[in-house]
Amino acid sequence: MSTRPGPAPILQITNLAVSYGRVEALHGVSLAVEEGSIVTVIGPNGAGKSTLLGAIMGTLGSRGSVHYGGRDVMRLTVEQRVAAGLVLVPERRELFGAMTVADNIELGAFARLRRGERDALRSRDEVYARFPRLAERATQAAGTLSGGERQMLALGRALMARPRLLMLDEPSLGLAPIVVREIFSIVVALKASGVSILLVEQNARAALEVSDYGYVLETGECVLQGASRTLAADPRVAATYLGEAATPAA
Amino acid sequence: MDLTIAALLTQDGITNGAIYALLALALVLVFTVTRVILVPSGEFVSWGTLTLAGLQLGKASGIVGLVVGMAVLAAVMETWRCIRARELVRLPRALALWCGVPLAVATLLAFAAPMRLPLPFQVLLTLAAVTALGPLLYRVAYQPLAEASVLVLLIVSVALHFAMVGLGLWFFGAEGSRTPAFSAASFRVGSVTVSVQSLLVVGTSVALIGALALFFGRTLHGKALRATAVNRAGARLCGISPEFAGALTFALAALLCAFCGVLIGPITTVYYDSGFLISLKGFVGAIIGGLTSYPIAAAGSLLVGLIESFSSFWASAFKEVIVFTLIIPVLLWRSLRTQHHEEEEE
Ligand SMILES: Nc1ncnc2c1ncn2[C@@H]1O[C@H](COP(=O)(O)OP(=O)(O)OP(=O)(O)O)[C@@H](O)[C@H]1O
Ligand SMILES: [Mg+2]
Repeated sequence: MSTRPGPAPILQITNLAVSYGRVEALHGVSLAVEEGSIVTVIGPNGAGKSTLLGAIMGTLGSRGSVHYGGRDVMRLTVEQRVAAGLVLVPERRELFGAMTVADNIELGAFARLRRGERDALRSRDEVYARFPRLAERATQAAGTLSGGERQMLALGRALMARPRLLMLDEPSLGLAPIVVREIFSIVVALKASGVSILLVEQNARAALEVSDYGYVLETGECVLQGASRTLAADPRVAATYLGEAATPAA
Repeated sequence: MDLTIAALLTQDGITNGAIYALLALALVLVFTVTRVILVPSGEFVSWGTLTLAGLQLGKASGIVGLVVGMAVLAAVMETWRCIRARELVRLPRALALWCGVPLAVATLLAFAAPMRLPLPFQVLLTLAAVTALGPLLYRVAYQPLAEASVLVLLIVSVALHFAMVGLGLWFFGAEGSRTPAFSAASFRVGSVTVSVQSLLVVGTSVALIGALALFFGRTLHGKALRATAVNRAGARLCGISPEFAGALTFALAALLCAFCGVLIGPITTVYYDSGFLISLKGFVGAIIGGLTSYPIAAAGSLLVGLIESFSSFWASAFKEVIVFTLIIPVLLWRSLRTQHHEEEEE
């Protein structure tokens, strides 16, 4: 269990385990995200990173404990967690392909609009200001967007829920280097505006650069953790994830 | 056949087709959002007609019993769920929604029935009562199976259909009912007589379809239902709960079916078990649209109505056979088209 000093973590998971059928994919992982920080999880393909995020979100059944904002959320449904500000941009993005960009954005704020929060419209303007490309394509079907535009839409839709803790599953997947840099600068800007972030990335170098703390996940277990700076300097990490063997985002 | 008869048959066909179109839309809606093939939709139709017919006689016993029974079941299930999730704080609201609202509708109906209100009010009461049954059916029978496969959901639907026919016999009795026409007037256009009743049916259908289009295109809840149909996982991550979407969908579907029942009452005599045959015709229309396309389903239903009407003139004994044989070329055409899709993707 993490025993780092500082304010109470916004997310604290303890001994989280997930099984697909009889195969256990995550074997008792513990992790914490401090309020207002960026925490990254790196690891090879199939390590269980997406599984971890799914379990925290509640889309996958799990054993162990997940405390978010100081309370146990294991019994909450996915929708209740979203309403509490725990928001996930999944690896597959799960956009509403047949609907317009504008509808996708609006539905991101579904829980807030249903509660009657008037400032949801202001969030939309902020999202369009952050991603002018989306504003240009507002009436286009989401399924016809380019890969990069799709990532922007997924991120924009998640921001509409006004997350307190935003979980991003490989936000740089399949993006051109310049767009990757843009996405990471947005992540840093989000942190500055008070959003806590749990970031899963293949692009370990960039992820360790922007994050405060990092975990290395291998075959469903946390094998290494530490301040991102320390991790980046760790010889094992450097060899496996930052060295020649490390593949930049394809 | 001369032109007058053809015009008459066309008018009949379009009138019936407009009713089947509402049914087809309900089936497409329920299938796309919840993956349920709503076999018991026909029971909602027949209960609509029978409730209205009962109100005409100053009686409301049947539907009141159904609503009360289902509401009590739903209340028990909600209580159990809240206890298991250790969320007793949510119980009052859940009970108000799942038990309070239906019981209020049932009470209203029981009190209003002997008053013999004017027809429009009786229609409103009928619509309210049958609509209340939609979400209740979802809550009691389908919500606990949300993760089940389409096949399991279909088996449940078939079972529910038989159970509901039985309940219909128990609550409404075996006699058939017909409701009075909304208007007996008619007028002539050239050599063709157009009945106001037909115009009312078609007009109501068109208005309902227009209202649905607005609901899905403009409102937050309509968009949420579309989103659930397009991508359930994505909808959950936006905070749209499948239970909410399911209950809302079933309410809409039950409302559409109740409208069908009210509209078809003056055209045919409806018995407790007549719904199935009516819903099968809507189903043929929905299948033409692949259970996913609203416009094709509506157009297909219109076609079903026309074929039915013309075949009842030429070969009335084989009317149903001809209508349901239509499904074979449709299925062939659809399966050929799907093959094409797969080839395109490769
Ligand atoms: N639905 C599933 N059914 C069975 N096994 C699964 C399922 N989803 C994931 N797995 C397995 O669980 C393990 C962890 O998968 P996961 O998707 O979490 O990896 P990941 O770390 O996100 O990998 P990547 O970097 O490739 O996205 C893998 O071995 C995978 O094969
Ligand atoms: Mg993954």
